[in-house]
Amino acid sequence: MIAFMIRRLFQALIVIFIISVIGFAIKQSVGDPVRELTGISVSEEERDEFREKLGLNDPWYVQYGRFFGDAIQGDLGTSFFYKRPATEVILEKAPATLELVLVSSLIILFFSVPLGVFSAIKPDSLFSRALMGSSIVGVSIPVFLTAIMMVYLFSIKLGWLPSFGRGELVMLGGWGTGLLTVDGWLHILMPSIALSSIMLPLFIRLIRSEMMEVLESEYIKYAWAKGLSHRRVWFVHAFKNTLLPVITVGGVQLGVTIAFTILTETVFQWQGLGFMFMEAVERSDAPLLVAYLMFVGIVMVGVNTIVDLIYGLVNPTIRIAGVK
Amino acid sequence: MNRLDKFRESFLWYSFKRDKVAIASLIVLMVLVLAAIFAPLIAPYNPYDPEMIDIMNSEIPPAWEEEGVAEFLLGTDSQGRDMLSTMIYGMRISIIIGLGAVALQAILGVLIGLFAGYHGGRLDAFFMRAADVQLSFSYLMVAIFMSAILQAVVGVAKFGEIAIPFLVLVIGLSQWPQYARTVRASVLAERKKEYVEAARVAGFTSSRIILDQIFPNTLSPILVLSTIQVANAVMSEAALSFLGLGMPIDRPSLGSLINSGFELIFSGAWWITALPGLLLVILVLSINMLGDFLRDVFNPKLYKG
Repeated sequence: MIAFMIRRLFQALIVIFIISVIGFAIKQSVGDPVRELTGISVSEEERDEFREKLGLNDPWYVQYGRFFGDAIQGDLGTSFFYKRPATEVILEKAPATLELVLVSSLIILFFSVPLGVFSAIKPDSLFSRALMGSSIVGVSIPVFLTAIMMVYLFSIKLGWLPSFGRGELVMLGGWGTGLLTVDGWLHILMPSIALSSIMLPLFIRLIRSEMMEVLESEYIKYAWAKGLSHRRVWFVHAFKNTLLPVITVGGVQLGVTIAFTILTETVFQWQGLGFMFMEAVERSDAPLLVAYLMFVGIVMVGVNTIVDLIYGLVNPTIRIAGVK
Repeated sequence: MNRLDKFRESFLWYSFKRDKVAIASLIVLMVLVLAAIFAPLIAPYNPYDPEMIDIMNSEIPPAWEEEGVAEFLLGTDSQGRDMLSTMIYGMRISIIIGLGAVALQAILGVLIGLFAGYHGGRLDAFFMRAADVQLSFSYLMVAIFMSAILQAVVGVAKFGEIAIPFLVLVIGLSQWPQYARTVRASVLAERKKEYVEAARVAGFTSSRIILDQIFPNTLSPILVLSTIQVANAVMSEAALSFLGLGMPIDRPSLGSLINSGFELIFSGAWWITALPGLLLVILVLSINMLGDFLRDVFNPKLYKG
């Protein structure tokens, strides 16, 4: 197990290193930092002097070394637009996105588990069939379209829910949360439903197919033969083993969810990382783009490594297969 | 004739005849694809021709609404273009990009999957790790990053000119891992079979074994995957265009049309967003339904996730 852990952590470090190289390459090719920082009314000599002072005339590997050294210390450069450290901007915007992901994960969890389990237990019932039918419609509707249609219906036509922003926030230390006020919940409702709309059908289908596979297995037949109650076989014996693959897929889907936050936040003008990212793209704000890439990369690698480690803990065959 | 007869006796045709959903999906899809191919003949107006666009005609609702006019059946967009024509041309672009991107990712992914799976070793380990990492970021994230960076590097105006080949490249490069993994999984199963052994004993070169002997046996999972991937590619293109990282508004795809309509939805012009959105959903849904049908018929163990 320790060898497995060390190998996974080593892989994670390599991936983070590669991401940092990509980030550095982006920083080198997008925008001119001297012009962004000095403005137009500065003479050519002063600019050259400034360039020298910033170390932009050094060979690229020296510059990369400096970039990497700074990045490890949490310094990812200064945003051209905000004129503040990019890390600071990221940390300020992160809570909005994390809350959005959290609430939509809860929605997915609360609906996918009972619905998936039910449609596996009673695959021929009318409800299960309707569910499977509507789930394929669900995956075929793009997130941004769901979001726009919800805005049109609930904000413009009915006027029940606010169409943009996060509403009233409460500061908890540096974390501005909208989850403690009624207004905040009204604002997060539509974005989180929109965000979960594409993932929910996928999870229902996944849980259903895993559970159906488990229900066919020998040990479940044995459990029936022993005369255990339905409830015990379904929820204690079968459901437990359904969860294993769901954990791994859940880890992978987090990446997808973060990608979809960009779309959802754009529609609802949700002041989170995705909205900030699109603004940074429009403004060619290279340091902020790179900071977002690094932040998302580290979160993704971190989550995937943790998921793999948990999976290795609960399923020993993975560890052995990995050794070869 | 021989091939046709063979097809008529196949399990695929047998199941297809009995599946009403599959038949309906195929008909819908054929209608949409034909409309896209013959767009210049079918569309009442040419949305790329500035002569035919009058800004005075902008934001006319569909004909069945109160202020609608019979000239523009589905209304007009903010620039005065006929919605029906613009949507047909937009769907054409969406389908071209979707098919192009799938062709690219299939070539890349199948070759990588075949050779990495057959030879194994370091090459295999390298590509599979790369696929893992890329998948953990999700194809959409990779595609968004690539287009965002490229747009920042080449500039928005120039980006618009090369948008179609560029989107094909971005979506193709971001989705090859699915193919590589699926193909590799079937290669690993095929590699140990006796016919491969026989070919090896007969002295065939390894590339001939891979391409002539193993490749035909991986076709059915590839077919199933390709259907789903076309739907995915069309969705990705729409997402990128919606974010303003895809097709420019003077040559809109369905995604950029939805985007242009979104700004106007607060003033009540719902049709500029909803109609292209509906067309996009019908297109993707019919492809997905066919994909589901094919998966049930071939029932290959597709890679999960």
